[in-house]
Amino acid sequence: MSWTAVADVVSAVCLLAGAFLAFAAGVGVLRFPDLLSRMHAGTKPQTLGLILVLAGLALRLRSGSAVWSLAFVVLFQLLTAPAAAHLVGRAGYRTGQVRKDLLVADELTPELTMPPEPPEPRVPPGRHRRPAWPGDRPALPGDRPAPPPPD
Amino acid sequence: MTAVVIVCGALIAVGAVLAIVRAELGPSMLDRTVALDIVVTCLVTAVALYAAQERRADVVPILVALSLVGFVGSVTIARFAAVEPEDARRLRTREEVAAEEAARLAAELALLDEPPAGEEGPEARAEGEVDDEAVPLADAPPAGEEGAAP
Repeated sequence: MSWTAVADVVSAVCLLAGAFLAFAAGVGVLRFPDLLSRMHAGTKPQTLGLILVLAGLALRLRSGSAVWSLAFVVLFQLLTAPAAAHLVGRAGYRTGQVRKDLLVADELTPELTMPPEPPEPRVPPGRHRRPAWPGDRPALPGDRPAPPPPD
Repeated sequence: MTAVVIVCGALIAVGAVLAIVRAELGPSMLDRTVALDIVVTCLVTAVALYAAQERRADVVPILVALSLVGFVGSVTIARFAAVEPEDARRLRTREEVAAEEAARLAAELALLDEPPAGEEGPEARAEGEVDDEAVPLADAPPAGEEGAAP
């Protein structure tokens, strides 16, 4: 069995898996109850299915320029699909399309409703300047005054 | 390879049809967006399947263009998504559209019959002040308008 025959078989397997993911996305987007679960179903063929199908196509074409173009398609899809999904999910939350009773954990609602906490001071007051050591340079007119030493 | 192509084509076609059904049902605009994204993905998969069967490398730019266009569409719709009332999530019937049109027409006619409120003197209008009702009549000569105002 030559190398090309093996590549063709692997390509057929990849194409079948990608097509099955497209079919599963169609079933999921029709059957699932709310927007977030439909997005969950719909994003599988957008990344994994596309990678599988384009890998199958690259194994079938076996030419350098086409393979580079397909790699570009996969790279672009990997960059843009999360951005689009983030925007759609956020817009769905904003317009009330998310069913709260189906969520296991909801971290966005407390994040949006709680008031922001005041920032913690990184250094306790009075501690951010050490006492003068012998060997320090003499105080200059622009220097801030040294804090009182802690008791 | 032919059997693989037939099976893959059937799976992709069924997936795309189910996604189109969801785009027709889908209660909100974002559901339709997600469903149409899946249709675009099915289209990309189908074009890749065709290219794999025919060993044609010249359709690869179509895949690049399709992946670009699908991203732009879904981001645009998500950016302008607004809260939709429950009543707006279905297609209106022909009778409802006719009733809305009749109500809108009656409201416009009532607005036209109403005498314009807050009539101003001709000297104030000659200085270039234009009130809202006079905007469609901007082409009329100002002399005739001054004569008609008192």
